[in-house]
Amino acid sequence: MLIRNLCNIALASTVLALSGCKGGILDPKGQIGIDEKNLIIIATVLMLLVVVPVIVMTLYFAWKYRDTQTHEIYAPKWAHSNKIEAVVWAVPIIIVIILGAITWVSTQALDPYKPIEGKGKHLTVEVVSLNWKWLFIYPEQGIATVNELVFPANVPVEYKITSESTMNSFFIPQLGSQIYSMAGMETKLHLIANEPGTFKGISANYSGAGFTGMKFNAIATPTQADFDKWVSDIKANSSANNLTHANYVELAKASENNPVAYYGKVEDSLFHTIVMKYMQAHGDMNKKHNAMSEHGEMGMQHHAMDKHSAKPSHSQDEE
Amino acid sequence: MSFLGKLSLDAIPFHEPILVFTMAAILIAAIVITALITKHKKWGVLWRDWITSVDHKRLGVMYIILALVMLFRGFSDAIMMRTQLALATSGAPGYLPPEHYDQIFTAHGVIMIIFMAMPFMVGLMNIILPLQIGARDVAFPFLNNLSFWLTASGAILINMSLVFGEFAKTGWVAYPPLSELTFSPGVGVDYYIWALQISGLGTLLTAVNFLATVIKMRAPGMTLMKMPIFTWTCTWANILIAASFPILTAMLTMLTLDRYLDFHFFTNELGGNAMMYINLFWAWGHPEVYILVLPAFGIFSEIISTFTGKRLFGYKSMVYASGAISILGFIVWLHHFFTMGSSANVNAFFGMATMVIAVPTGVKLFNWLFTIYRGRLRITVPVLWTLGFMVTFTIGGMTGVLLAIPGADYVLHNSLFLIAHFHNTIIGGAVFGYLAGFVFWFPKAMGFKLNEKWGKASFWCWLIGFFLAFMPLYVLGFLGMTRRLNHSNNPDWNIWLYIAAAGAVVIMFGIISQIIQLYVSFRDREALDDTTGDPWNGHTLEWATSSPPQVYNFATIPHIDDIDAWTDIKEKGQAYQGKASYSPIHMPKNTSAGVLMAASLTAFCFAMIWHIWWLAIVGLIGGIAIFIKRCYTSDVDYYIQPDEIAKIEAAYNSSGNKELKA
Repeated sequence: MLIRNLCNIALASTVLALSGCKGGILDPKGQIGIDEKNLIIIATVLMLLVVVPVIVMTLYFAWKYRDTQTHEIYAPKWAHSNKIEAVVWAVPIIIVIILGAITWVSTQALDPYKPIEGKGKHLTVEVVSLNWKWLFIYPEQGIATVNELVFPANVPVEYKITSESTMNSFFIPQLGSQIYSMAGMETKLHLIANEPGTFKGISANYSGAGFTGMKFNAIATPTQADFDKWVSDIKANSSANNLTHANYVELAKASENNPVAYYGKVEDSLFHTIVMKYMQAHGDMNKKHNAMSEHGEMGMQHHAMDKHSAKPSHSQDEE
Repeated sequence: MSFLGKLSLDAIPFHEPILVFTMAAILIAAIVITALITKHKKWGVLWRDWITSVDHKRLGVMYIILALVMLFRGFSDAIMMRTQLALATSGAPGYLPPEHYDQIFTAHGVIMIIFMAMPFMVGLMNIILPLQIGARDVAFPFLNNLSFWLTASGAILINMSLVFGEFAKTGWVAYPPLSELTFSPGVGVDYYIWALQISGLGTLLTAVNFLATVIKMRAPGMTLMKMPIFTWTCTWANILIAASFPILTAMLTMLTLDRYLDFHFFTNELGGNAMMYINLFWAWGHPEVYILVLPAFGIFSEIISTFTGKRLFGYKSMVYASGAISILGFIVWLHHFFTMGSSANVNAFFGMATMVIAVPTGVKLFNWLFTIYRGRLRITVPVLWTLGFMVTFTIGGMTGVLLAIPGADYVLHNSLFLIAHFHNTIIGGAVFGYLAGFVFWFPKAMGFKLNEKWGKASFWCWLIGFFLAFMPLYVLGFLGMTRRLNHSNNPDWNIWLYIAAAGAVVIMFGIISQIIQLYVSFRDREALDDTTGDPWNGHTLEWATSSPPQVYNFATIPHIDDIDAWTDIKEKGQAYQGKASYSPIHMPKNTSAGVLMAASLTAFCFAMIWHIWWLAIVGLIGGIAIFIKRCYTSDVDYYIQPDEIAKIEAAYNSSGNKELKA
């Protein structure tokens, strides 16, 4: 039947995408992405255990009990069976219990805020989404880049994310999870590249006219030494390019399809200033706002207050 | 401030060839329609029998006409998006710059959800629900008329944005801070706010009206657990509307205050919090999708049990499953933003709550299967839609559960996989359901059946087109393509974008087939005439009236002893039995108050959008004044006399009896 052929085509194309094409989330190059791909496959297979029989039964029953099949049993008043009802409730419940368990465990394991264990010290990168480009600040190295993100392979990276203006989502599909960037707040993400390479980075949340052009290359260098050399090159070549608060204001103006830019120096605490900029102008409001978030707003733990507190970022949920 | 506020000739986009063409087409169509109405002297009929009508059946027909017109508009947007993305590959810019394209995808979302799906659903409910429960009209007929015109007002406003100014460039969710004045200084977001606000008011009033109708106006003997399943699913949907639409109203009001009076609910500055908007939006938005799909589930249930000639399997399960879906639908909204940084515990809770919805939904699918089991399934057009739905929706449900796993959502969120998923459930679930209901109940509303051949052609085009258009989007999501991109530069994506565009064209053929179907059926209406009022050997009370039903629906309200009330009446041999004498029937009078109020409020909204303050005051006061005048009108009803009823009933019963003998 046509419907079944269409399903086959759909299935075949999905398999093709699974195996053939490069660069998507089914071709992950980092541990988080690999775990998420496996999660998708396991969950899909589990659900197909119900989905395939339902589709097959639909077509089979429609065929078997069509009105020209007058030799089939016809039971117009038969409308209830405790046995069947028990089965039709039980089957989805069992599948959902299994999926629910997988969800609980995987959500804890893949929590974007959780540092990656057993891979040594994290490199910290501060990410700012601007209209319409990405600013990456390396606080430990004292440099910054626009629309290019470089880090060593096999070194976990901690991303502290905020936005200058509208909401975006920081996403490198081949490395795994994405997290929103929001003005006046800091969100967090931990990713690692298992192998060197150049991966596409995007904004995954529409933010206005120049949104499509908010792309960057995420480059995992083969070794730490390569990364260190990249840092020292920028320091040497772009030392005149200093990202001060004043320069930042200039950079923050709306622009589209920005070329890559390097800053050999970054003014201290620039990221902190960006996160806090909507609070600083209103000192009294600031205090009030912090007090509010301490009572826990729907489990959102990324208020700017985290910046000041030495507590782990999930402290509010443990209340 | 000038006399017309911010409105000037510059607001009309003469520089956009597509828009100028559209405006010209609308103008020509308007002139032709006006000329035809004038030529055939139908203005009086239009005003007396339709625009001012409080008859739920006529209002239902008008809702569906509105939905079909808006389907045309929303689909035009869709085909522009798909062609843009098919042309703008490998770095090409395509033909729609972001300035225009961003308005198109925003309008597509708003129109398809609010002004296509909702009116279609409400239209079917209007026509059928009062008939199914044996009522002569809804509880508040004038309010019903007002609700329709408020919905139409929203649709008119959103279409005015084509001609005057612009529409929002924010996506249909209009998340702040993007939708705040700082980043969207134009009138686009204001059109969004007022169009949603006024139509949302209409929807809320509809829900209240139909809840009251179901609670107070069921035929004697019809206990809640004897209500037809479509009435039940509509009732759950109405409960959801009554509970969730006030959230939308409040949220839009806060955004309005932010934009008009410099409040800071959702701004970046001064302690505003955009996350609150996002929570509120989905606290409304998630129940909204169940509002759309639950009545469709009811339609499929009616169709399957009618065309298998069987009782619905597991009626009680179906009622409780719908209730479970409604209640669970309220506690899952956070799954729309797992990536906003909630803790693992919060995300896991909402993920698992979402999955639980798969249980009652799965139960429904199995119950439809066991309704077919040991039946005699007539493969008609409504049945094809239903089978197409069962296959398609199962896939959509599966991808939905996948998205409910936070770990999977972290990479699939906002991707084209998500787009494929929700079109899979909304088209494969809700729209297929409405189109099935349209064919199923068309003879009831219009008095003649629809052409079968063109109906089948339409179904196959829709189904094949759907799979061609949306299966590639699942693949593109896996390939890392995110939503709302204006152009792309990735050779791996191209082929899938081309297939998706081709799929949209196939769906277009489906829509064209439906237009041809309507034309052919109207032409052959004599041959397709439904004389008995029961063309499909139906189960429920709507088939116990003539087609189209008498204005009073039922000459005498039947006593109900069974869920399948009409089957029961037929089996007892009580069908088409006229009475020796009838009592006078009390009916509501038509009124122009609804349309005039809505017109005033439309003027108010338009004036608010353009800051024409004097007109805003006039419109608002006008609307309130008409309402107060209506409240003090006592001439609102009339009686249909027994001799007239006897005449109408004799004709209906004799043709029904003729059919029974044949």
